[in-house]
Amino acid sequence: MSTLQPENPSIERRIALQRVGRIDPESIDDYLAEEGFVALRQLLQSANPDSVIEAVTTAGVRGHGGAGFPTGRKWYFVAKADAPVKYVVCNADESEPGTLKDRLIMEGDPFSLIEAMIIAGFTVGATTGFIYLRGEYNLARHRLENAIRQAEAAGFLGRDILGSGIDFSLHLHSGAGAYICGEETALISSLEGYRGEPRSKPPYPTQSGLWGRPTLVNNVETLVRIPPILRHGAAWYRASGTAGSPGTQIVTLLGDVNWRGVVEVPFGISTRRLIDDVGQGVKGGALKLVQSGGSSGGIIPPEWLDLPLDFDSGRAGVVLGSGALLVCNAHRCVVDLTTVVMAFFRAESCGKCVPCRVGTVELHTLLQRLTEGRGTLRDLSLLETMGAMVKRTSFCGLGITAPNVLLDGLRHFRDEYIAHARDHRCPAAVCAMQDSAWGELPHLATVG
Amino acid sequence: MSTILLTIDDRKVHGESGETILSVARQHGIPIPTLCQLQGASTFGGCRLCLVEVEGIAHPVSACNTPIKAGQRVTTQSPALRADRQMVLELLFAERNHYCAVCVQNGDCELQSAAAQAGMDHVRCPYLSPSLPVDASHAQYVLDHNRCILCMRCVRVCAEVEGAHTWQMAGRGIEARLVADNGVPWGESTTCTSCGKCVHLCPTGALYRKGASVAEMQKKRGFLLRILEGRELGRTGEEPTDDFLVPTVEIRS
Ligand SMILES: Cc1cc2nc3c(=O)[nH]c(=O)nc-3n(C[C@H](O)[C@H](O)[C@H](O)COP(=O)(O)O)c2cc1C
Ligand code: SF4
Ligand code: SF4
Repeated sequence: MSTLQPENPSIERRIALQRVGRIDPESIDDYLAEEGFVALRQLLQSANPDSVIEAVTTAGVRGHGGAGFPTGRKWYFVAKADAPVKYVVCNADESEPGTLKDRLIMEGDPFSLIEAMIIAGFTVGATTGFIYLRGEYNLARHRLENAIRQAEAAGFLGRDILGSGIDFSLHLHSGAGAYICGEETALISSLEGYRGEPRSKPPYPTQSGLWGRPTLVNNVETLVRIPPILRHGAAWYRASGTAGSPGTQIVTLLGDVNWRGVVEVPFGISTRRLIDDVGQGVKGGALKLVQSGGSSGGIIPPEWLDLPLDFDSGRAGVVLGSGALLVCNAHRCVVDLTTVVMAFFRAESCGKCVPCRVGTVELHTLLQRLTEGRGTLRDLSLLETMGAMVKRTSFCGLGITAPNVLLDGLRHFRDEYIAHARDHRCPAAVCAMQDSAWGELPHLATVG
Repeated sequence: MSTILLTIDDRKVHGESGETILSVARQHGIPIPTLCQLQGASTFGGCRLCLVEVEGIAHPVSACNTPIKAGQRVTTQSPALRADRQMVLELLFAERNHYCAVCVQNGDCELQSAAAQAGMDHVRCPYLSPSLPVDASHAQYVLDHNRCILCMRCVRVCAEVEGAHTWQMAGRGIEARLVADNGVPWGESTTCTSCGKCVHLCPTGALYRKGASVAEMQKKRGFLLRILEGRELGRTGEEPTDDFLVPTVEIRS
């Protein structure tokens, strides 16, 4: 993984990553010297929380946690909720495979997240905030703990912030390594001390979240966009991106490319430009596919490389999700890829609902048979039926997205699955097929 | 509270705001299959059997936790729903070891009858056949993990009605297991009051009375609402009706 290189203005625009790599993330003085806490100071002076909602709404910020929900609307819902206590929660559980954006922000610019959360608290009327941090993120935890201490000492956190009469305290909570705790209602259960399992929506967290109070849950990358928007205005933010997805998006580029790393680009850029201009081309062979949005995302076939990447491109079949792009060259096997993805969901399903708890295990079992040369065409048709069923019927987003890569794979690379199932052959020569005599056994068993 | 009008299976029905599709359907005698749902305990939403179609929503929704809305058009029976419900049941039968012919609950099992009603006559996916223990350490009752469908009824009724909080779910995904007192044999639990509520509300033969042999376990299911009704009478100070005083609850041990 390469670290950040100097910004290349012909393709990049750094907003969320503006300070990362340029300041000492352990020094509040460095942060203050780079326009740190300017937006907060101005806001506390103007004492006009509605102006924040207006700016965020006009800027068109949408959630970077995966779902793309309009951030201004979410803030408005919590702000107008009538309750004596409200909370602000930062979703920093970043567990989507191949996604490293929130980590880079928290390790490289932790004060920006703190400033954004204080602004969020002031705007919606919350005096307590929580950061739910992925358990494995040790450096980020260290940097955030340090930043919270320094911000408290400097009067930005705690009681009567900068003499404004506003209070806000911030607490850091480390997760215990479950992917499901990134789902906002499971995160809330976990934060309350319960088993990390999703809850029914409605009620949405904006109405009844943490301890039954209206709660604002936002992703790290979403939050850190707010202070620069308040400083420079919505028009400045909208200067890049598309009409439906204004601004920028952090992309984690991985796999068979010559340069791998994290880059912030305007929305609407094509996958091809990211691979060619940022990734410096495909490594080790021709391009076969790009897996976008992490394990819960989808597959971009070569024919779709020129489609723009934004929140609405999902309609065309290109899933942006967490911004992860895994590039695969011609030596990769799509059935192998699907099996690895399904193993992830099998391990991460919380177990609450039947389709996801059992379905991911069955799908993984059937896929493993294919990669071992023990599959049948009947298995293949069951994979397709069950994959669609798990997607349709699961309780939460985990089960709903778990079959995405499988279903996209079957849509774009059906011949490769058929070669595994019928001919017990792996065209990319990745899967270690067993002796065909063994491959016939399940056949005989099911025929009776 | 305000009255809401909606349509379920082409019938005009009404409910109060805040009610779920399931509860309104039941009040109007429209059957929707369920397994984890337990009247008198909180909603869980895990079994996915109560899926229904709502006009304008692309995927089916679970009736037990979806609130009614004015003008909603709900369909409870369709070939697609039947197929999805069948596959949910297939997955449950494939997950653990359900051998009705040798089960204490044969003939009085909610999983078995749900499968019969849904027309689930075979299982297409591989049986996972896990090796699971049977916990017979309790003096009166047995927990057979092989037949547990993780519906959380026992967990909910133990916590919400009995107040003992004996049962919990441990482990994740396919490794999820019911545990007493965070992982001791049931007989060593210091919180269990041996009230038997979990046993009688468990939909399958996972929880049963010791000594029951094949097809001998008959579960009492009606007592929960009577207990809650009695508590409500106690709270309001109202006189119980004659109807309420007729004893129908009898828990064998
Ligand atoms: C299985 C699952 C995992 C998720 N993981 C994360 C995560 O790690 N980080 C995150 O910000 N959002 C995650 N989400 C999305 C959250 O539920 C929620 O939509 C998001 O935190 C809202 O913030 P936003 O509006 O700023 O995007 C996940 C969702 C699902 C269904
Ligand atoms: S889809 Fe169901 S089993 Fe899977 S994580 Fe969500 S609630 Fe848990
Ligand atoms: S023991 Fe019975 S009631 Fe408890 S979770 Fe298992 S099937 Fe449900």
